[in-house]
Amino acid sequence: MNNVHLRKVGKIYAGGVEALRDIAFDIPDGAFCVLVGPSGCGKSTLLRMVAGLETITSGEISIGDRAVNDLDPSERDIAMVFQNYALYPHMSVYDNMAYGLRNRKTPKPEIEARVQEAARILEIGHLLDRKPRQLSGGQRQRVAMGRAIVRKPRVFLFDEPLSNLDAKLRIQMRVEIKKLQRTLGITSIYVTHDQLEAMTLADMLVVMNKGNIEQVGPPLQLYERPETVFVAGFIGAPPMNLIELPEGGVAGLALENRPVAPVIVGIRPEHFELAPVGTPAPLGISMQITAIEMVGAETYLYGALDGRGREVIVRVAGKAEQQIGERVTAVAERHNLHFFDPATGRRLAVS
Amino acid sequence: MVQRRSLLDIVPHFILALGVIIIAFPVYIAFVASTWDAATISNGQMPLWPGPHFLENYYRTIFIGTAKTTREPVGIMMLNSFVMAMCIAIGKIAISLISAFAVVYFRFPFRMAAFWTIFITLMLPVEVRIYPTYKIVADLRLLDTYAGLTIPLIASATATLLFRQFFMTVPDELVEASRIDGAGPMKFFVDTLVPLSITSVAAMFVIQFIYGWNQYLWPLLITTSDNMQTIVIGIKKMIVTQDALTEWQIAMATAVLAMLPPVIVVVAMQKLFVKGLTETEK
Repeated sequence: MNNVHLRKVGKIYAGGVEALRDIAFDIPDGAFCVLVGPSGCGKSTLLRMVAGLETITSGEISIGDRAVNDLDPSERDIAMVFQNYALYPHMSVYDNMAYGLRNRKTPKPEIEARVQEAARILEIGHLLDRKPRQLSGGQRQRVAMGRAIVRKPRVFLFDEPLSNLDAKLRIQMRVEIKKLQRTLGITSIYVTHDQLEAMTLADMLVVMNKGNIEQVGPPLQLYERPETVFVAGFIGAPPMNLIELPEGGVAGLALENRPVAPVIVGIRPEHFELAPVGTPAPLGISMQITAIEMVGAETYLYGALDGRGREVIVRVAGKAEQQIGERVTAVAERHNLHFFDPATGRRLAVS
Repeated sequence: MVQRRSLLDIVPHFILALGVIIIAFPVYIAFVASTWDAATISNGQMPLWPGPHFLENYYRTIFIGTAKTTREPVGIMMLNSFVMAMCIAIGKIAISLISAFAVVYFRFPFRMAAFWTIFITLMLPVEVRIYPTYKIVADLRLLDTYAGLTIPLIASATATLLFRQFFMTVPDELVEASRIDGAGPMKFFVDTLVPLSITSVAAMFVIQFIYGWNQYLWPLLITTSDNMQTIVIGIKKMIVTQDALTEWQIAMATAVLAMLPPVIVVVAMQKLFVKGLTETEK
């Protein structure tokens, strides 16, 4: 069982800066866990603590039911893929992959077999004699993955492995990483700040913010039922519309059964529907279009509530006939509305 | 347009050629002088082309030496100079690599104090600390030995600083990847850091070999027996004579021989040398 267990993990840097606070979650055997959050949220620190590259100030991390707090990185049975690949520049691709195995006194034929197997899976068999500097970014990425695969570790750790690649290659490698992880069935922890990458890769998504966990769960659950304002705004692109409603309400927005206390209401752009003025609906807005973004299959209308208020984004399928400056009305269904407490940022149970 | 370009080509070439002539001519004269006999040189009418005594003069220089002044053949002096230069270059590189490794990768108490102590030795070349250093070498009975010739010159900060700067540019991820791959500090040093530093090592070797080869003051002080003298001192002894005629053809042959090893080292390591001082790709 190669599950990863985090219990009340905390990190305080020398100098008193608290980077992580009470992090606790379990990654089941074989799951693909993605840590996502804005830069500085502590996700990389957490990954490096699992790897053993950072000390653990408090709490306990265990891999496969064995506490690893005091173990050296090489004893934790993990393999890591770094953002800048960290290949040994003076070694051939073959030696890069074989180095860790040699250090572990793996017999030669076994090393040969494992490297060839990894090279076959990653389709880099023809590159084995080259030096890293003779490879393209995508090829280096594959070698870095190969170096992780040959070790057959309990856990794979990925530290933003795709952020040095161009957009097209990134999407291609993303699919490949996912397939590879499925085939090998190795528990993986993947750090990224790209929410799209996070959504597509994860079996289990951990959203972090300022050293805390905001929410843990399957990606769709986080998308459909964000527990905090932060998750609501972070997951999904373009982001969820989050409109603060003071006690008096705001101009241009009509909400049935409006809660009395101040509340933040959230609606995803894709849950809006354009409607004629005066259509009765649980939620209706009137806005003046300030910008139009056409991406082909869909169009995003950016507008200001009531012509001068908060910005709202509305998604329309296909092309839009509207013009900039035009006033439109959009409605949304009750079950697509999310309510949050402005004070705590937590989800409110409003029926 | 065509004319302008050819003019632009000619001027720099002319200036460069002039520079080469100014620098190379004395060297050429030294070579010419080493191929004539003593009488031709000393009557002041030495021709500008090589003479007939090349083999004879160089044979005498290398295997017999001058009649009165140095009492040892130049072959022995070259060997001494070579051993000294090699020991200094290799010793400095070995010590500097290890100390730079310690300063950059380990957090030990007084790390920065250690670094600054090394740094301060930059201000203390042999010429400054000559009396205490001589005293120590004498007390250790190292006068007239290779150890006495080289060890006091090995301690220096330049190479340590160069390697420190280089190590600081090596990405941290390489260290971390090594740790995960199960390589301890020394294994990282031997398997990754030293191979990566190879061009810097070559550059340092060239600089330090020439530094060692050109040493004059220190060998002059601590070598007294004839069979320990170095070639640079040999030239000096040949020229300044009290009761004998200067054998110019021998002195010039020695000068030409003294130039050869540094030239060979530079030419052989030129490619690595330039890379080591300019390359930034990791």
